[in-house]
Amino acid sequence: MPFISRIVLAGRRAVLVEPADPDTCADLAAWLRSRVVAGDVVPAAETVLVDGVDDVAAVVALLDDWRPGEVADAGELVEVPVTYDGPDLDDVAARWDMTTDEVVARHTSIEFVSRFCGFAPGFAYLSGLPDELAVSRLDTPRTSVPVGSVGLAGAWCGVYPTASPGGWRLLGRTKTTLWDATREPPALLAPGIRVRFLPA
Amino acid sequence: MITVRGAGPLTTVQDRGRPGHAHLGVPRAGALDRPAAELAQRLVGNDPDAALLEIVMGGFAATTSSGCWVAVTGAAGSLRIGGVAGAHGEAVWWPAGAELSIATPAGGMRSCLAVAGGIDVEQVLGSRSTDTLAWVGPPVVRDGDRLPVGAATATPRPLDVPPPARRGPLRVTPGPRDDWFDPAAWQTLSRSAYVVTTESNRIGLRLDGPELPRARTGELASEGMVLGAVQVPPDGRPVVFLADHPPTGGYPVIGVVRTEDLWQCAQLRPGDEVRFTPDRAAATR
Repeated sequence: MPFISRIVLAGRRAVLVEPADPDTCADLAAWLRSRVVAGDVVPAAETVLVDGVDDVAAVVALLDDWRPGEVADAGELVEVPVTYDGPDLDDVAARWDMTTDEVVARHTSIEFVSRFCGFAPGFAYLSGLPDELAVSRLDTPRTSVPVGSVGLAGAWCGVYPTASPGGWRLLGRTKTTLWDATREPPALLAPGIRVRFLPA
Repeated sequence: MITVRGAGPLTTVQDRGRPGHAHLGVPRAGALDRPAAELAQRLVGNDPDAALLEIVMGGFAATTSSGCWVAVTGAAGSLRIGGVAGAHGEAVWWPAGAELSIATPAGGMRSCLAVAGGIDVEQVLGSRSTDTLAWVGPPVVRDGDRLPVGAATATPRPLDVPPPARRGPLRVTPGPRDDWFDPAAWQTLSRSAYVVTTESNRIGLRLDGPELPRARTGELASEGMVLGAVQVPPDGRPVVFLADHPPTGGYPVIGVVRTEDLWQCAQLRPGDEVRFTPDRAAATR
């Protein structure tokens, strides 16, 4: 299995798969979702969990067939308008050694991809920021971050789907609804979706 | 329609939960004592997907606007209907206007109250369960709430005596991150007594006892978590993930408890002792 570095069992009905390239987790998850009867297929930063399967060995055997990039359609592109007035915009500009206008230009120039959701329903971890622009989390998380806040943590970008505590550095906010349990799919930025931010 | 007169310490609507949404960050939720919930639904003639009330430590009272069959299973807090004692684990008639009450159980934590027709609150993502982590689904049941009841579709069962669920140490399979721990940690987990702490809830059974030392330091990238995962935070004290567990987590999981044993976690009280044992029947790696 040249594209998979490790497979471990997680109990009797689940298997945790580590692709050789962590950037292929969402691709592997999408591929598995179309081929395996599972309760849940959960991509994360470096792994894909296949949970609630009757025949774990069959899933492991199937992984031989996976080739990254075979999932036919790249994820849909979603545009998210942002008002860049976040409390950490100046701080991020200083860290990036740019003006705030340049931060906005840089942030809106990147096509992000939703790798996985976690932390809260519909909270997508978006990759695309180059490593040299990674920023640490706040030393002291805010007790409340408003809904729609767009922030950075490490090389991840994220948008808060609901108000919650949080330690991401906030660039701005969007009025776009990220999470709506009555919508299908409920998460706007489900794994695999491509994302571009626009100045509102 | 049921009118809740007293909701007790914590009453939630639960069914079989909403698996299939973990990749969107949504916990599975669902009744913690699954065999008790399934039995209660069968007793009143409900579909297995119907919703019931999960009542923690009794203190519950309600009236109904139309008579219906009910059944209480799980923790046995004495059931009274219109002042008359009702049997535990049997279908009982609840007349319109009569007050039904469930007292604090002598043992166990969670009682299931099933009503013929099911608690008919609106579904969210295919389930009526309250998830107490991300708060998907209906809110916690409060005093004065009026809960709709669906139309009964079948007659109650006069008798249903399932084989007794196995009691005993929680059977645990090593992994997926047992290699993050000192080899002695697995021995410690399988040979020690742990005590349930007061921080335990529907998210996890939090335990106090011998520390499970790590072999590797550093941070694990967040990864998908399964029901029954025994996650070990930096303090070395295990947490058994229950129905409302976070779908992903960043602390290593030393082992996974067999799903069939988790009903015991639903009924353990703070201060109770819990033990683990290697799951002999587990698939070999």
